[in-house]
Amino acid sequence: MGILTGVLEQGFIYGIMALGVYITYKILDFPDLTTDGSFPAGAAITAVLLTGGMNPYLSLVISFAAGMVIGALTGIIHVKFKVRDLLSGIIMMTALYSINLRIAGKANVPLFTQQTVFDNSIVNAVFPESLAPYQTVIVAFVLALIAKLLLDAYMKTKSGFLLRAVGNNETLVTSLAKDIGLVKIVGLAIANGLIAMSGSIMCQQQRFFDISMGTGTVVIGLANVIIGTNVFKNVSFVKATTAVIFGSVVYKGCVAFAISRGMSATDMKFITAFLFLIILIITMDRKKKVKKSA
Amino acid sequence: MLELKNIDKYYNIGTINEMCLFNNFNLTVGDGEFVSVVGSNGSGKTSMLNLICGSSHVDGGKILMNGKDITFKKEFQRYRDIGRVYQDPAMGTCPDMTILENMAIADNKSKSYGLRLGINRSRVDFYRDQLKSLNLGLEDKLHVKVGALSGGQRQAMALLMATMTDIKFLILDEHTAALDPKTADLIMELTDEVVREKHLTTVMVTHNLRYAVEYGNRLIMMHKGKTVIDKAGEDKEKIVVNDILDVFNEISIECGN
Repeated sequence: MGILTGVLEQGFIYGIMALGVYITYKILDFPDLTTDGSFPAGAAITAVLLTGGMNPYLSLVISFAAGMVIGALTGIIHVKFKVRDLLSGIIMMTALYSINLRIAGKANVPLFTQQTVFDNSIVNAVFPESLAPYQTVIVAFVLALIAKLLLDAYMKTKSGFLLRAVGNNETLVTSLAKDIGLVKIVGLAIANGLIAMSGSIMCQQQRFFDISMGTGTVVIGLANVIIGTNVFKNVSFVKATTAVIFGSVVYKGCVAFAISRGMSATDMKFITAFLFLIILIITMDRKKKVKKSA
Repeated sequence: MLELKNIDKYYNIGTINEMCLFNNFNLTVGDGEFVSVVGSNGSGKTSMLNLICGSSHVDGGKILMNGKDITFKKEFQRYRDIGRVYQDPAMGTCPDMTILENMAIADNKSKSYGLRLGINRSRVDFYRDQLKSLNLGLEDKLHVKVGALSGGQRQAMALLMATMTDIKFLILDEHTAALDPKTADLIMELTDEVVREKHLTTVMVTHNLRYAVEYGNRLIMMHKGKTVIDKAGEDKEKIVVNDILDVFNEISIECGN
């Protein structure tokens, strides 16, 4: 039971990050490595804010806003300075490593007694004693649900339509007298906002910030997105956003299973990468370019 | 009114393959004119459209739109007044969005794309009427993804979407070339209807000489970046397909084919 709630907690939290990766990878077709920097950026900011006594919910909003700035910068590097998509992300990711260290002050910041979104006077008052073991997973679920519903709502707006159209057919967006570059910047901003917020929640759940917690985030995100969208490929009533969060839970389940079979926690990144490869091979979700050269 | 003044356009500048396409090229398209442009491959037809729309830029000269200099305006800004339909039916629509969503996004052209709902419910009936006018039964498939439609249906939608808002110019880039003859005829008729109805200044590049002769009120034939035929009004009425073919043959012989 402990493993299951653990998987669900992490699955929902990483699910929010996966929503961001879904925007960049599936909608914009932009392999955004900024993710590995914006995720711990959200965590670093949160660690500092909570240590300073900030309201944990407000820290989510601030992390989201910071993520948006980070994403917009990646977009500007790519669009305005015409740096290739992959390189724009690498530049931001590398720079963010130092910036995150600066923000947090050191490589590891524990949160001992601070209130978090999972553990604060309000939540503790709402939840009855009997539900206490599930408090974290329920809060994580609610947060993931809110993020998903907000993203769904955004996708139905005119701005959301334009974002979907850019990924679909850039020529059409230009024909609509809209600057595709600007739409991409907005898309990257929203995506990294979600990713940083996810990092903030992860930091609050683990009760520490660690500079290396971002490494491999993009791989986890991509795996989540690909699992989710492939499982529900032919089920039209399940929205892609739901599928992605589901994929995140499944993926965490796989990792947890591998660890329970005797792999050590230090093998985590290897498991992450290996599972991702397996998923790519099974789902054939590879790019045409690769297919040609293979 | 659309004016191309003293246009120069070179390709591969500074290399051994440098090629001059346009040298002092001039063209004026009057308000409400429907110009059909024909010519062999490489004669500069599509390059001309790209220069007008801003997909590529001139190396010399000016482009004026209704008297305003747009030579250095960005591509997306020019489309505020221009509608364009491409040869490839996939270029004018979003395959992963539904017919209704495609109509809604096109309807919003040159307005702001903010956080209001993407589909304005009160416009749905209007979209349905517009689709009905195509006679393709699309009005009953509002929630079908456009990617599931045939090339002809998609091109019809692309035409509808390109001309939905208050544009002044219509650029047609061999927009019937990828379609079967019957569908091509249908698209051509729809094009003619919308051009008349909205009084659009139109430039149509086509390889179909019959369309060039039958539709529009001016015919231009291009060759190596120059206009070799330019007939408007009554002169244009008198042109038959064979006249153009004769010129094509002359050019062929001249080129040594």
